[in-house]
Amino acid sequence: MKRLFWITTLILVLSTLATATVFAQGSIPTDNEVNAIAKDLFCPVCENTPLDVCPTQACKEWREEIRGMLAEGKSEAEIKQHFVDYYGARVLSEPPRTGFNWLVYVVPPIVIVTGIFVLFRALRAWSQPPESEMEADLVEDAAPTSDDEYIARMEEELKKRN
Amino acid sequence: MTEETTNPTTAPKRGVRLSTQIIIWVVLMALLVLVGLGLKKAQNPIISIGSEVPDFPLTMFEGYSYEGTSEIKLENLRGKVVVINFWASWCKPCEQEAAELEEAWRFYEESGEVVFLGIAWTDTPKNSIIYLKRFDITYPNGPDLGSRISAIFNRNLGVPETYFIDREGVMRSIKIGPFTSVSEIQAMINPLLGE
Amino acid sequence: MLADFGFGVLIVTFVLALYSVIAAIIGERKKSAQMVESARRAQLLTFPLLSLSAGVLIYLLVNNHFDVSFVYEVTSRSMPTYLKVTAWWGGQAGSLLFWAWLLSAFTSAVTLRKWERDREFLPWVIVVSSITLAFFLSMNIFFHENPFARFYQTIEGVQAYSFRPAGGVPVTPDDGNGLNPLLRHPGMIIHPPMLYLGFVSFVIPFAFAIAALITGRTDDRWTRITRRWTLWAWLFLSLGLVLGGRWAYDVLGWGGYWGWDPVEIAAFMPWLTGTAFLHSVMIQEHKGMLKHWNMLLIILTYSLVIFGTFLTRSGVLSSVHAFAQSAIGPMFFGFIGVTFITSIALMIWRWPLLQSETEMKSMLSREAFFLLNNLLFLSVLVVCFWGVIFPLISELFTGQKVTVGPPFYERANGPLFGAMMALMGIAPLSAWGKSTVLTLGRAIWKPTVPALFVPVLAYLTGYTNWVALIVFFLVAFVISVTLYDTIRGARARQRAQKENFFAALVRLAGRNRRRYGGYIIHISMMLMAIGILGIEVFQTQTQGTLAKGESLQLAGYTVEYDNVASWDDPGAGVNYTRAVVNVSKEGKFIGQLYPRIDYFFDSQQTMTIPGQRSTLQDDLYILLVDWQPVSAVGATFKIYHNPLVNWLWVGSIVFIVGMLFAAWPDKDPSLKPARVSKRVAQTSAADY
Repeated sequence: MKRLFWITTLILVLSTLATATVFAQGSIPTDNEVNAIAKDLFCPVCENTPLDVCPTQACKEWREEIRGMLAEGKSEAEIKQHFVDYYGARVLSEPPRTGFNWLVYVVPPIVIVTGIFVLFRALRAWSQPPESEMEADLVEDAAPTSDDEYIARMEEELKKRN
Repeated sequence: MTEETTNPTTAPKRGVRLSTQIIIWVVLMALLVLVGLGLKKAQNPIISIGSEVPDFPLTMFEGYSYEGTSEIKLENLRGKVVVINFWASWCKPCEQEAAELEEAWRFYEESGEVVFLGIAWTDTPKNSIIYLKRFDITYPNGPDLGSRISAIFNRNLGVPETYFIDREGVMRSIKIGPFTSVSEIQAMINPLLGE
Repeated sequence: MLADFGFGVLIVTFVLALYSVIAAIIGERKKSAQMVESARRAQLLTFPLLSLSAGVLIYLLVNNHFDVSFVYEVTSRSMPTYLKVTAWWGGQAGSLLFWAWLLSAFTSAVTLRKWERDREFLPWVIVVSSITLAFFLSMNIFFHENPFARFYQTIEGVQAYSFRPAGGVPVTPDDGNGLNPLLRHPGMIIHPPMLYLGFVSFVIPFAFAIAALITGRTDDRWTRITRRWTLWAWLFLSLGLVLGGRWAYDVLGWGGYWGWDPVEIAAFMPWLTGTAFLHSVMIQEHKGMLKHWNMLLIILTYSLVIFGTFLTRSGVLSSVHAFAQSAIGPMFFGFIGVTFITSIALMIWRWPLLQSETEMKSMLSREAFFLLNNLLFLSVLVVCFWGVIFPLISELFTGQKVTVGPPFYERANGPLFGAMMALMGIAPLSAWGKSTVLTLGRAIWKPTVPALFVPVLAYLTGYTNWVALIVFFLVAFVISVTLYDTIRGARARQRAQKENFFAALVRLAGRNRRRYGGYIIHISMMLMAIGILGIEVFQTQTQGTLAKGESLQLAGYTVEYDNVASWDDPGAGVNYTRAVVNVSKEGKFIGQLYPRIDYFFDSQQTMTIPGQRSTLQDDLYILLVDWQPVSAVGATFKIYHNPLVNWLWVGSIVFIVGMLFAAWPDKDPSLKPARVSKRVAQTSAADY
């Protein structure tokens, strides 16, 4: 009798502990939490489709995978890394900043800056007018400072036309 | 009509410097070559029949092993005929050939001359294992981590696809889509066995 | 029989196009006006002929001639007639013919203009436009993209052939595949034609540009001739892009209008250079400057047009849009390579002739701002081009596939677009020639001050997102400047001509349609910017599975799941699953919405159609998603709240108004814009 009692207690205690661990895991992650991560990932199979909107069966499974990982307490970075490890770098919404991929970030600014530089060099080589001409033109070509001046120029132009 | 105003302060008319021209043409040619090569690669998405398949490692799912190890390298399979089958648990056509593949494997397993490798492409490990258990598949199986292995075989891989490699490590034939019978599989293996 | 006739007409047109190229060149070399005239007539003939061929194809499409492989691919018996007509551009072969037909319409129209003043341009314009036409026709004829190919059964099985193979027996399938369901939406019906119109119309300014380079007549004659063409080309291309966005928003079901998808970008790139070109030619006409830029920009636009067409068809890119891979990729690539290299070589050869007639006096002058404008557009182009090409290059060198997605483009292009908006405000008030910070400051401080109130007000009412505040300021700034300049000009005219204000405004705008049309367009762009800001920065979303009677909350709205129904429409081959939801705002019931899922049997594709409630203030956008199977017990809904998004569409309508206004022929033909002399450098309202 005593043995039965102790065994029953043991079983009860153990099962309570088991249920306690289930509670400790927290509730099931919501769709919104899954979407927040899926939004930044691309479907490993379909072409250029973000993971949160992809309608295929495979994508559903991947989203459930994210849900499972969130339930285990994994962080966003860990989940994304898992996807990269399993499916390749193409699931990320931009190339990871490693090795060859640095070129994608670095080339446009270099090209643009080089272009501006070349342009300025060319402009400076051309626009070297003598000082006096600069001053003379400044007076004539200044922007009108008031509406009256504007009207005066307007009338001048209209007279020229009519 | 327009008038050509001669402006004394304009710089004298000159053409494009030779050095600049060279730079322009080099960059242009480089761009064209790059896009052209990319195009060629896109046009030939599958590794060509007759070329040697590069080595790759396959780490198998739990419960699967080959000759005691849980990782296979293609190189180590030289001297045997290798059948590589890409599949996924979410792929309906794959289910059509699963039983046939397993049956073919069991036919050749004893001889030790043929190795079947199943590669789960862009699949979740949990669902892969469920699929494997469902069809009672016993040949070595592993996930295509990082989609690296499929990249060797087909730039635009779909599932199922099966690749047959001879004893020298050369790709000899390809099957896109599911097999309809065990004899179809045998018909692609037997010629390679005979060599 | 009919199909063979249609194909035969295609071949004849191709030969005619080649003939006109050869005759034009010979006529030009031998100074034979007769040969050139013969070439012109041949080019003129291409349009009626292609119309005939196209007419045959449409007839075949509408009448279920499934023995023709293209008809089989894109139509089915269950499709309504109007959709069968639009299926013409629903597949590769047909859309190539459609492209060619549109091009022949424009090239024929060009041959009909009065050529007396520009005799030397004629042969080269014919050569360039006919070579392009011949290229597209050759795709149809030689490279397995014949829309008239028919099915024949031979020993090898059933395949499509252009000509009957030996021992081949014609095969007529019972029914066709049907058009991709995504293409059956009204938006998708207009979007490709509009884009193609835009692409094709840029061929004409390009042809004139090449003619200018070859003949050496690199003054602004060629830009003046093609001004209208450029305007219309730009209108169509812009509309095509906007329509694509609207269609994506309405039908694709991801709550967005632009995904930085490589094919979207492929159509966006010629728009970038086209817009820069549109603005930059004004400087050539007024000051004889930026000629190199204009040449480069139109060459880039043409090349990007062909490149964009190539990218979507060759399988080089992965994209949701891309047509299936086909053999025409290498041909397109070859054509682009040859034309681009030739154009650049011509430009380098004529470089001295493109010298500016005046030099740039100040970095704050209007010419300088247009130069900056060109730089900004080209910078966005560099970012987009590199982002589109990089996955290709990365795969070549590392074997790894990578995705270049929205974060890359948004981060890089955001500041550039912001700078463009700032320019939209500064440039209209800037002076030609000499300018300093002081003179510029004096010109623009007045409209800037009221604009500053807007972000301050926004901040005080709780908007702390700094991107939003900057955009608010820029939008207000541009609108303020535009209105200020318009009103100032009208008032000046009012006083000068002793008219009342509104008469003055109307006359002023009527005599300067390009300028004030442009102002309307700038304002429309700002309205679109507001829409884009709303959806990009302030969008919120939520998703959840609801049982009947349960509801989701988002941004003050309550969405309650009422019920769902599912039924088949066998005639159209569709299964509809439609949910009914009750929408309330802050507790008050405001209506019902009906998100649904359409499943098409023949192609096994689904379309998710949102239930939308649109107001100027915001959009409530509800999707029925099938993460879990849909039933009365539980259905999963995804809800987007998109503030201000409808300003995007309002802006596009204002855009059309502005374009029509700008493109309308001037009332008084004697008031042709004259070159502004160096002396009267300041912009006045009667500038034009």
